[in-house]
Amino acid sequence: MFKKILATTALAVGLAGAAFADDKTKVGFVYVGPINDGGWTQGHDHGRQELEKHFGDKVETVFVENVPEGPDAERIMTQMALTGTDIIFATSFGFMDPTINVAAKFPDVKFEHATGYKQADNVSVYSARFYEGRAIQGTIAGRMTKSNIVGYIGSVPIPEVVRGINSAYIHAKKVNPDVEFKVIWIYEWMNPAKEADAAKALLEQGADVILQHTDSTAPLAAAKEAGAIGFGQASDMYDFAPNPRVSSIIDDWAPYYIERTQAVMDGTWSSTNTWGGIASGMVGIGEITDAVPADVKAEALAMKDAIVAGTYHPFTGPLNKQDGTPWLAEGEVADDGALAGMSFYVEGLTGEIPQ
Amino acid sequence: MDLGSISLVAFFASLMVASTPILLAALGEMVTERAGVLNLGVEGMMIIGAICGFAIAIESGSAAAGFLGAAAGGALLSMLFAILTQFLYATQVPSGLALTLVGVGLASLIGQPYVGESPPLMGKLHIPVFESIPFFGPVMFQHDPIVYLSLILAVLVGVFLKYTRGGLILRAVGENHDAAHALGYKVRLVRVMAIGFGGAMAGLGGAYISLIRVPQWTDGITGGIGWIALAIVVFASWKPERVVFGAYLFGGLTALQLNLQAANIPLLFVLPYLVMLAGVIYFVIAVAVGSWKKTLDVKPTLKTFAQFIGVGLVLLLIGIATNYASSLDLLMLSSAPFVATIVVLVVISARSKGASNGPAMLGKIFQAH
Repeated sequence: MFKKILATTALAVGLAGAAFADDKTKVGFVYVGPINDGGWTQGHDHGRQELEKHFGDKVETVFVENVPEGPDAERIMTQMALTGTDIIFATSFGFMDPTINVAAKFPDVKFEHATGYKQADNVSVYSARFYEGRAIQGTIAGRMTKSNIVGYIGSVPIPEVVRGINSAYIHAKKVNPDVEFKVIWIYEWMNPAKEADAAKALLEQGADVILQHTDSTAPLAAAKEAGAIGFGQASDMYDFAPNPRVSSIIDDWAPYYIERTQAVMDGTWSSTNTWGGIASGMVGIGEITDAVPADVKAEALAMKDAIVAGTYHPFTGPLNKQDGTPWLAEGEVADDGALAGMSFYVEGLTGEIPQ
Repeated sequence: MDLGSISLVAFFASLMVASTPILLAALGEMVTERAGVLNLGVEGMMIIGAICGFAIAIESGSAAAGFLGAAAGGALLSMLFAILTQFLYATQVPSGLALTLVGVGLASLIGQPYVGESPPLMGKLHIPVFESIPFFGPVMFQHDPIVYLSLILAVLVGVFLKYTRGGLILRAVGENHDAAHALGYKVRLVRVMAIGFGGAMAGLGGAYISLIRVPQWTDGITGGIGWIALAIVVFASWKPERVVFGAYLFGGLTALQLNLQAANIPLLFVLPYLVMLAGVIYFVIAVAVGSWKKTLDVKPTLKTFAQFIGVGLVLLLIGIATNYASSLDLLMLSSAPFVATIVVLVVISARSKGASNGPAMLGKIFQAH
């Protein structure tokens, strides 16, 4: 009985929501972490706030944080779709199949899935070329390390993360042939205690530069204690500047969210595949602090300019795969398809990618 | 592979740090359960302790004050559980689960203003003389005060339960609350105090994560450690010395796994030998203690020894058969809490047939009449 009342109420609220939605565009966001993680989810939520600022009364945004990658995500997106949401941004790789499933049930609702590769008529995918930022980080890391050991905290072994490790390694190696990467996978996007432990294990084994593909600031706190350096991930993490945070990769989703919401308003929305980089502003490079020597900073910025100008691609041959087989010939540039599905290390990296 | 890059001193030192929050929370939960109360809200009380400790440390500028606040916060939250189960006679399992939900949500709310702040750090307490012992000095005697406190508390809890009148009453309440009541003991009061102690200890464990191990505040900072503490209490058959062992085993595995990854060595490459080594150590100690006390019973000792060796051999075979696939490391790391919980359930159900080691009144509601 109680359940029935609940369901009726929910339906009524849903209908009311749908009625109101006529003049307002309702935008939903599904987050994998908390909005104050200081990293990935905070970046997306910043985009959501900018969206509200841009459109004012014309939009209404809703979000759900800490959504597990699985059936729960499906339930929450269904709920959003039922309550009159016009466009839903699902902001984690693991929401891919749930998004596709829910989208099939609601053909009139638009879905946008971040960092995935499955599209449908009402599902777009979008991601950022973080590997461009990783190339710059790798350059700084290669120049800055004194022990020649760079620690890398990997999150979940998917192509996006592997691409980042490869890009950072290639460019660290380029400026410092003796550099060695130690990688720890924690199999989660955010777990501060585990990230701290991983950072400490890397520091204990001689790393003096820590790169992270996880979302909390715990590795920076560990680096600070050990006198090592690190980089902001996804958000600027400027609280840790100028040391240990010497630079950062910042995700700026706001322009994309504004553009796509506008398309929904205009009725021009169509399923697309967007992969923006530094040039389009989706990937930002946080201020390189004075803890980095001027010549290294200049070198890093020159690379950034070359990437923006399109004269340099971080994955340019000659490059071999880890087992020594040739991948890219001299001067050859990796195409987006190869990058999107990257599941191998480049030559020189040790260890294997967990499958 | 690069075994040499693992510094044993650093490894064992980090093992102690990784184990401390589990140990604190598990000790508290053990006392609660020995009084016959099953509080599944450890994770919630830990995270409340984590944020209370963090907030108070920042506001007061003192990490020690933070830890006191954490214990108070954890105990306060546990009183909610005490009211529900001891005065309103709510069933303990769902009440405990609800306590975790409340704790996690409340911590997130309290924590909003504290994101990105750095807490005052607690200095290390080097124990004079002992700290200069080679190897053992840096491993055991150069830690923060809470590491020592957790071990001292383990001893105190053990002594309290075994040798004091208060401990006897607490155990009596846990074993047969009707008899204890008939003897004039205040069953409800004892249980409320045990629940409060469990909450305070969980709070301390949580604050250890937010003030020392990480140290900062983010949502979900305890990351499932409360559940592991719960599992360890059952594994340890509600005995303090075994709780210490279990907490250090789990903390050790976590630290080992990360160190091995960084050194690029598969976990299965060393784990079988470690298990067998543990078997040998167990055997030697059991024989030594047994012959000293003249209580040596060879058969069960040999059986346990054989079990260790057997598990080690099975792990070795799995490693060889799968060519040390990294996916198995993944499985072990990410599924550890779940596997632990399942095994605990199996152990409990297996024991319920024969003589159970758990407190007889565990989870049962007491109503005075």
